[in-house]
Amino acid sequence: MIQLLKMAFRNLMRNKRRSFFSALALGMGLGLLMLIAGVVNGEYRSALDSAIRLQSGHVQVRAKTFDESKSSLAWEDLVEKPADLAAQIGALAPVKVATPRLYASGFVAASQQAIGVRIFGIDPASEASAPYREGVVRGAYLAADDNGGVLVGKGLAAKLKANPGDKISLTTNTSNGTVDQQDFVVRGIYSTRTSGFDDVTILMPLTKAQAFTGAGDHASAIFILLKDVDQTDAVKAALQTSRYEVATWPQMNDIVVQTEDLSKSYMVMLYLIVLAVTATVIVNTLIMAVFERTREIGILSAVGMRANRIMALFFAESSFLAVGGIIIGLILGGLMVLYATKVGFFIGDFGATGILIGDTIYAHLTAQDTLTLVILAFVVTLLAALYPALMAARMQPVDALKGGKK
Amino acid sequence: MEVARVENVTRVYKVGNVETKALDGVSLTIENGEFTALVGPSGSGKTTLLQLLGCLDQPSSGKVYISGKDVTGLNRNQRADMRRGTIGFVFQFFALIPTLTAYENVELPMLLGNVSSAEREKRTMQLLEAVDLAKRAKNRPDQLSGGEQQRVAIARALATNPSIILADEPTANLDTPNGKQVMDIMTRLNKETGVTFVFATHDPRVISYARRVVTMRDGKIITNA
Repeated sequence: MIQLLKMAFRNLMRNKRRSFFSALALGMGLGLLMLIAGVVNGEYRSALDSAIRLQSGHVQVRAKTFDESKSSLAWEDLVEKPADLAAQIGALAPVKVATPRLYASGFVAASQQAIGVRIFGIDPASEASAPYREGVVRGAYLAADDNGGVLVGKGLAAKLKANPGDKISLTTNTSNGTVDQQDFVVRGIYSTRTSGFDDVTILMPLTKAQAFTGAGDHASAIFILLKDVDQTDAVKAALQTSRYEVATWPQMNDIVVQTEDLSKSYMVMLYLIVLAVTATVIVNTLIMAVFERTREIGILSAVGMRANRIMALFFAESSFLAVGGIIIGLILGGLMVLYATKVGFFIGDFGATGILIGDTIYAHLTAQDTLTLVILAFVVTLLAALYPALMAARMQPVDALKGGKK
Repeated sequence: MEVARVENVTRVYKVGNVETKALDGVSLTIENGEFTALVGPSGSGKTTLLQLLGCLDQPSSGKVYISGKDVTGLNRNQRADMRRGTIGFVFQFFALIPTLTAYENVELPMLLGNVSSAEREKRTMQLLEAVDLAKRAKNRPDQLSGGEQQRVAIARALATNPSIILADEPTANLDTPNGKQVMDIMTRLNKETGVTFVFATHDPRVISYARRVVTMRDGKIITNA
């Protein structure tokens, strides 16, 4: 076995440049796939992270009849005395923060245009509101008792040509089914660097939102962030009541989760296509080796090497190429992924309906994805050796000794 | 005692619609310890007969026996095993594996036969000494002269203690002194170890070494003496 590996290695070293470029082809394929996997993974991770941080939380407690798409404000669709409930939930060990939120829909009028918006009533002091507080780019943040101020997303402010201190007119549905309109002052402009959120969302203190919409002491949901995302199901079980529904982040972000699942299947296809292309380089290298070494194959056969050992010799050569290619790929891919993880790729305003994507994509490559790619690259390279190996093993010794069948 | 035998063998090659009879009803028995030359002009069937005796090829008809065993119907792997254990080859071209040293080339058939490491080392060095190349053990074929390469090939042919060594024009690519040295070594090894040598040649100087000469023409044996 050692002698076979030694022969295989020396065979590859006979034509160092050709072997290097074959391994490089595999390495580049692997490196690019690592980058793509990292970017796609990072994109979904970012989308999910944004959705959880800005919109859904890990868990929400809400009325069984609450319909997220309708943002109903009817009292029966809301959570009663939400501050008390949030305090109780916040006392649970796995819960990082629990805060009531009110969601309403409406439109805003300014500079002679009206734009449909979502109105979030939030507790400005809550830790859950940190992304908005930290995202203020102009003007000031909201105070809990601010009775006439709102925070406007950067994209929306641009559309409205609104600046801090400007007045905007907000119209919303109310709990009793009527429509109310009030003027608000733009206290500040925030950016979560997620255009899908910033372009449509106006934030105001929960108490003001309750007053504005006639929701009284009600909220749309208790927004809950956990210390450890793996505790989601345990917290859901602990919060289960007959009165309220407990929704978890996979349910609330099902579009992201489903799209990610779908993309994973496409990624496997992409892996196989790219690796198959690089495998053709390996096939080509080994077929050339078979033709160049036909007489040697004849000699090996003449001294009694069985067909399976001749095949093993070529598999050993392709294994060495695979190992070389994988090392090159891990270095190239590692550097590219490192760059994409630290610096990221700026994509600007980009988003699909229902998916919040930040303006910069940062790669996130898991050890499992890397291992999957490495194993796939190795297996595909070994499979690539099958045809040349069979070609060599099936040669009749008498023909091979003459340098091939004439 | 019989080492190899062919019985009424024919070998027909077909190229397109043209059939060429390389061997035409040849029968021959090789006894243990012989030093036999197959002689004849190009195309007379010498190499084809060696290939059948060496289990490198199969006859179109007739039977081939090696050490009393009918090898005509053996499959590819069984023939490989037969070659490894019973037959040694020396080819006209210096048939060494270029990536292996002289030592490793001689060791190769023993590695394939799962001979122990200690035994391999001992026998490889003995064989290299027998062909006067112990000092060149670590050299690769491209660092050896043609004569030295052919001597390594002889040492390799002897590696697994074969019953018979088949040499196809072993001196054809060598100058006279190297050709003589190779033939002297083959003669000495035949006498010392008793291994049977059958070699194909049309060189009169080489034929003079043979104790038995089989003359072939047009795929048939003409004289056998």
